[in-house]
Amino acid sequence: MLVAALRKELLLQWRTRGQLMAVFVFGAASLLLFSFAIGPNAVALRTFSAGFLWLGLLLSSTLTLTESFHAEMENRALEGLLLLPSNPRALYYGKAIANWLQLTILGVALVPVMVVLYDAGTTSLLKLLSIIILGTAGLSAPGTLYAAMTAQLKAKQTLLPLLLFPLIVPALLASVKATSLVILGDPMAQSGSWIGLLCAFDLIYWSLCGLLYGRVIED
Amino acid sequence: MEITKVNRSKTPYAFLALGVLLLAIGSYYGLYVAPAEQYMGNVQRIMYVHVPTAWNWMLAVLFAFGCATVYLFKGDLKWDARMEGGLEVGTLLAFLLCCQGSIWAKPTWGVWWDWDPRLTTTAVLLFAFLGILALRKFVEDPVKRAIWSAVATVVASIDLPIVYMSVKWWNSLHQQQSTPQTVASAFHLPLRVNAFGILFVMIGFIMLRTRLAALRLNQELAVPPVPSAEEAGELA
Repeated sequence: MLVAALRKELLLQWRTRGQLMAVFVFGAASLLLFSFAIGPNAVALRTFSAGFLWLGLLLSSTLTLTESFHAEMENRALEGLLLLPSNPRALYYGKAIANWLQLTILGVALVPVMVVLYDAGTTSLLKLLSIIILGTAGLSAPGTLYAAMTAQLKAKQTLLPLLLFPLIVPALLASVKATSLVILGDPMAQSGSWIGLLCAFDLIYWSLCGLLYGRVIED
Repeated sequence: MEITKVNRSKTPYAFLALGVLLLAIGSYYGLYVAPAEQYMGNVQRIMYVHVPTAWNWMLAVLFAFGCATVYLFKGDLKWDARMEGGLEVGTLLAFLLCCQGSIWAKPTWGVWWDWDPRLTTTAVLLFAFLGILALRKFVEDPVKRAIWSAVATVVASIDLPIVYMSVKWWNSLHQQQSTPQTVASAFHLPLRVNAFGILFVMIGFIMLRTRLAALRLNQELAVPPVPSAEEAGELA
């Protein structure tokens, strides 16, 4: 069941892959714009690079998350899905995993932009990748739940960030801190506790949102 | 027609009156009778409203969370009306807490805002609740509105301790939490009187707000009147 739902999401994403490209350009453009807020100060830019990367990713995520329910809202396709002998939990995890994957690709794609613009290179790429994977998991679990609500409303582009941003504060904080420690060096070995916090956040919201999703889409 | 039961008693007004009275007594003691604090001087007197507000704010959040959970299990719209009362009063108290915190922070720490875990958590919850209240405005179907805002309230309330923990790790410079045990006995009386004052005002407001929400729900769910024979004839 989950595999079928996931396959459907990935197929949809593959067929609208132009959209991911557009969101990437949006994210890269916001990284470029953040540097104007600081000015051409190489040291400051490097110090804040992790924060900019995650803010860029967060802003882009509101676009991909809203868009991920576009197909379901057309021709009342969501109702059709609910009529199938399927489990809403499978539908949720299919969509959340697809969104997670998309955001991870986006995050990985934005890293070179960050390195070039802010001179924020690092050699521990595997660690950076795992932080991006954990951080985007934290964005996509509640993001998918809230997008399921807001996609059915008129003001979806406003309401999704309004609901999502306060909620993901801990995930954002932990991701920024951990990424920052990877880029700027971690003499006190603090990044472990931030990654632990991210894991806890992911665990709580991946289970809680899966439980609640059925209530959100029921009719 | 009553779909959601509306409580029309005068009790909330009694709570409000009692709360205002206690607040007046507590504030008089806090401002004129209690001695000034040794290091912070008169600035410290804001504690007599700030700390009771914080206690009651937590109660309001717990109340909204409880109502949301009960609604999700039972599906009775009266819990939705109660949750709306808790959400709005909780938002108001969170806003007041942020304002009082800023007024306290300026003379004490020299800045209006400081990234202290409690202040930041309150601000995060303020925005989360504002988001839920905005969501409620955009959903027309009362049942959908109730389910969605209950889900959002549960999700946001569970986030609170995580936000608190993460901000605490991130940065901390708040003084230790004030409880009657950490405060000299001369400060106890106004603190406790004001705590009950705000509690009663809060209960009064939540009850009134719940009543309003229930009335609105009834209006929304009411079946439109059956057209009379003449009107039906005109329509045909």
